[in-house]
Amino acid sequence: MSWASQNASMLAHLTGQNAYLALLPVLFGLVISLPLGIACVRFGWLYPPVLGLTSVLYALPALALFVALIAYTGLTDTTVIIPLSVYAVSVIFPSVVDGLRSVPEPVRQAAVAMGFGAWRRLVTVELPIATPVVIAGLRIASVSSISLVSVGSLIGIGGLGYLFTDGEARSFTTEIVWGVVLIVALALVTDSVLVLVRRLLTPWQREVASTHPVRRLSVLGGRPGGGDVPA
Amino acid sequence: MSFFNFAWQWLIAVGHWSGPEGVPSRLLEHVEYTALAMVISAAVGLPAGVIIGHFGRGGFAVVSLANIWRSLPTLGLLILAFVLSSGASWAWLIPLVALAVPPILVNAYEGVLGVDPDLKDAATGMGMTPLQVLFKVEIPVALPLILLGLRTATIQVVSTATIAAYISLGGLGRYIIDGLATNNYGEVAGGAALVVLLALVVQFAFSGLTRLIVPAGLRNQARQS
Repeated sequence: MSWASQNASMLAHLTGQNAYLALLPVLFGLVISLPLGIACVRFGWLYPPVLGLTSVLYALPALALFVALIAYTGLTDTTVIIPLSVYAVSVIFPSVVDGLRSVPEPVRQAAVAMGFGAWRRLVTVELPIATPVVIAGLRIASVSSISLVSVGSLIGIGGLGYLFTDGEARSFTTEIVWGVVLIVALALVTDSVLVLVRRLLTPWQREVASTHPVRRLSVLGGRPGGGDVPA
Repeated sequence: MSFFNFAWQWLIAVGHWSGPEGVPSRLLEHVEYTALAMVISAAVGLPAGVIIGHFGRGGFAVVSLANIWRSLPTLGLLILAFVLSSGASWAWLIPLVALAVPPILVNAYEGVLGVDPDLKDAATGMGMTPLQVLFKVEIPVALPLILLGLRTATIQVVSTATIAAYISLGGLGRYIIDGLATNNYGEVAGGAALVVLLALVVQFAFSGLTRLIVPAGLRNQARQS
């Protein structure tokens, strides 16, 4: 404990750097995955090749990508941020597609019948229903990203990973343990924030969390008259 | 000069392809580490996942734990195991197995749990014993997910074995770590290119394996998951 309190400002700085290096790529991943996922749902033939490409990219070892990028972006934050963004896309993109595909057909048709255009239907109906699945992807992406940043310490840009290389050089276990603990804590906090965001964005899920999405609609008063409308 | 130029120049140099520090022996080391870690992890993760999925109990705890597990930093575990064991020659094996078991276990669990109960009833109705139902119905039906777990774990182990060069393990990561230490970017690039190639070979080998051993009737499901 005494080592940590003596070095509190360094630990805070490294934690902040770790959060920045890990979460900016997740944001990029979301910004890239949303239009990509929407396009792949609209044009179904696009999905298999894009999914294949992202899963191949996901298999590439982080350290190899970091050092390969040194030739282009040097020893800058960008060198770590680009590969982590690629990994984030490979995790978030399939969840965007799954989320949009989870929209029940009757709901989609109801929106069309109410005169919603494609754009309005996407923003006000389909994306809100896809939100829980997309956030599930964001949770996996951000937790893995936070722990992967530390590999960057092998090229000198690694947030809390610095504690690992420095601790190894000095054979100082306390420092290494603090690195592991802070990374896990940062991941847990980020994960809880995302769960909170999901609750705020999808308030209808709280009341009938486990029911079928279609039945959730009746809670919102989505089925006029409640009776069967003849086709 | 681009990364590919550096990598190519280094790879075509004759001296890099022979001896204990040559590409073939480093590649063999890398494959050996991966294989050993995977055999141990599968021996732990597969039976555990299948049993938990079969009885359907304790699954929630396992999945939650696996999610938290994901946040454990590879490099930290590696260095911690190395320092705590005072540099034992087997120290690298601990983090590799620790990282490979969760994806194997969770996918085996979810695969077996997700088997259609009607299918199991039908098998029992045909006179199969509980063990026959497990080995002839549940495990084959869960195979796409089981293979997905094994693939995820293998890819992770190949990556982590690269990082393990930092604690003076052999394998392809040696080139990257040594090259970084001596400011020899050609060596770094050559090593990185080889690691990427190995990861791609593993990825495609698993796609081929899935096509070979997953029963024909299940292949569409495999593509979805």
